[in-house]
Amino acid sequence: MINDFIAFSLPPILIASFAALACALPGNFLILRKQALIGDAISHVVLPGIVLAFLVSGSISTVPMLLGAAAASLVAVVLIEVIKYFGRIEAGAAMGVVFTSMFALGVLILEQSETRNVHLDVEHVLFGNLESLIWLEADGWASLFTVSDLALLPPELFRMIGVFLVVALFILAFWRPLVLMTFDEYYARTLGIPTFLYGLALVVVTALAAVSAFDAVGSIIVIAMILCPPAAARLMTNSLVAQVWISMGIALASSVIGYIAAGHMPLWIGLSYTVSAAGMIATISGIFLGFAALFGQHRSRVT
Amino acid sequence: MLRDALVLSLGYNATLVTLGAAILGCSAGIAGSFLYLRKNALISDAISHATLPGLGLAFMLASSLGFDGRSLIVLLVGAGFSAALGLMAVSWLTHMTRLEKDAAIGAVLSVFFGFGVVVLTIVQNNPSGSQAGLEGFLLGSTAGMLLNESFLILLTSLVAFALLVIFYRPITLVSFDEGYARSIGISVRLVDYLILAVALVVTVIGMKIVGLILIVALLIIPSVSARFWSDKAHRIVILSGIFGALSGYVGSAVSAVSLGLPTGPIIVLCSTAVFVVSFLFAPRRGILSSMIKSLRFEQTLHLAQGLLAIAQEQPIYEAKTLRILKRKGYLRRDSVPTQLGYARAQKTLLNERRWAYWINHHNGTQGPHTHQISTLIDIEQKLTPDQISLIDQGLANAQEGRLA
Repeated sequence: MINDFIAFSLPPILIASFAALACALPGNFLILRKQALIGDAISHVVLPGIVLAFLVSGSISTVPMLLGAAAASLVAVVLIEVIKYFGRIEAGAAMGVVFTSMFALGVLILEQSETRNVHLDVEHVLFGNLESLIWLEADGWASLFTVSDLALLPPELFRMIGVFLVVALFILAFWRPLVLMTFDEYYARTLGIPTFLYGLALVVVTALAAVSAFDAVGSIIVIAMILCPPAAARLMTNSLVAQVWISMGIALASSVIGYIAAGHMPLWIGLSYTVSAAGMIATISGIFLGFAALFGQHRSRVT
Repeated sequence: MLRDALVLSLGYNATLVTLGAAILGCSAGIAGSFLYLRKNALISDAISHATLPGLGLAFMLASSLGFDGRSLIVLLVGAGFSAALGLMAVSWLTHMTRLEKDAAIGAVLSVFFGFGVVVLTIVQNNPSGSQAGLEGFLLGSTAGMLLNESFLILLTSLVAFALLVIFYRPITLVSFDEGYARSIGISVRLVDYLILAVALVVTVIGMKIVGLILIVALLIIPSVSARFWSDKAHRIVILSGIFGALSGYVGSAVSAVSLGLPTGPIIVLCSTAVFVVSFLFAPRRGILSSMIKSLRFEQTLHLAQGLLAIAQEQPIYEAKTLRILKRKGYLRRDSVPTQLGYARAQKTLLNERRWAYWINHHNGTQGPHTHQISTLIDIEQKLTPDQISLIDQGLANAQEGRLA
């Protein structure tokens, strides 16, 4: 029982948790800066990048896919800015044009190429493959302290831990300028803070978290985790520090509860199958947000 | 083959699909342009993702009651219900809490979609549901569509279109001038609901053809494309409808003749093509015309500065200015002003002095706006001869005063 849990459930729970934390951290700033839908846009635009990377490299290994996804995000950001600036179109609509077009392009290339027979498909990008990230070599608690066994953990885990650390360090290191420009961009600028650069860096960090999380956990978790935990936390406190900590707690809780609810609960109630963990984690984070919206201390708009 | 499809002679079913896609595109374009004018374009993203749980739950409910869960109408009604719930959730989060609208949209779309995926996995794991084909709604599939399904789509697109036509006046009034619409007793709330309801109907029927992830494109791209062609809201609405219809029509015809091409992405990429053409080549707001305009402006500016310099006998160093002046014949090749150049320079200087006097002494409303450059505006075109002679008199008096 415990052995099974460590082999089959612990790695996905940890991966989902670190992915959730890495996404929720920048989300705290994005929801305050009215850039909440960046995660949504990124999750659509990476598809052509991933597909093209697959066609070029011929393999579904991680590095080319991450590069493809990163390149596609970059193209999308440039296109959105070009349409906004030269076309004088507001941000939301410009984003809508770019992400739907790029997603359509991705689907088209995918359907036209042989890739549809490999496990790379649209559903994979959307839902991830959390359930398949297992640690077969694990042999009870002892494995957690055995270096040779730990090395055989799914590589996604190390990647997500690394990305989480990068994101956390970024937020910690630039906490003051980030806070200043989030609440009063003009004041921040008078202090000589390069707000444009920090804004860009925040988007890049978000993209990094999102892109590396896609492969492992799918884009639903990414969008949900950028938004729901910070939004719920914002309805519970007025302090940004507290908001960040609460959002991390909610992200963590959603991942753990969501995975257990999807992977174990159906079996406890006598069903013979499990349901999508990615979907369940997003659902649980939504339930947290629902409760915060109903009972949060600071839920109402101050007028 | 493509011509066959375009003139609708590719069989009854394909014709119905093509017509349905065209009407769907038209309704989506019009509804989308209203969303765009109300600055609410991305709400369609929430609507479309929120349909997913409804699809699965409707299938499960209908199957457990002994009906055929795959029936399109059952699925669409279910999808409509959950999309409506999603809309209510967005509106609740935006109005009752301090969350911004984009955060509310993103949260609702991801949570509903996530829950939808959970429901889908349940459906797939039930023996009755493994052939439900619900995944087809993610990206749409017109292949193997039944005749009565095509009819249903055609009919519903017509209903959406009819709603837009019937309520065109109140909707346009609210979209263009909310305050005026309110003052003549139109309920802005109701009209907003109506726009959202039509967008919802379009989304739900569009799911079958374009798929729920891409239907957003048909609600956003045509209206943004139309924006490049006109500043008048009426024209934007109508053009957006035409662009949408064109995309749906051409896209579904193309995919009908080439079996490998998926309908949804092709329709979307057709609308993207319309967008690219609009973005580049639309008169006035397109990139090309903006570039030409700014080049021309730069030239005029160089010309005016160069002529002023000639008139005041100052040296000109800027290579570009010299080049333009020479090309116009105002300078000889050795950079000495020609007769014509002197004449034009005097005229430009006079224009400049007249404007300076007018702005200082009369503070006239006919003067250049702050962002315009007086040198570039011919004063004789803007003011009456009487005003000009007044200015000239003033200038002459000032000259005498300075001499005395």
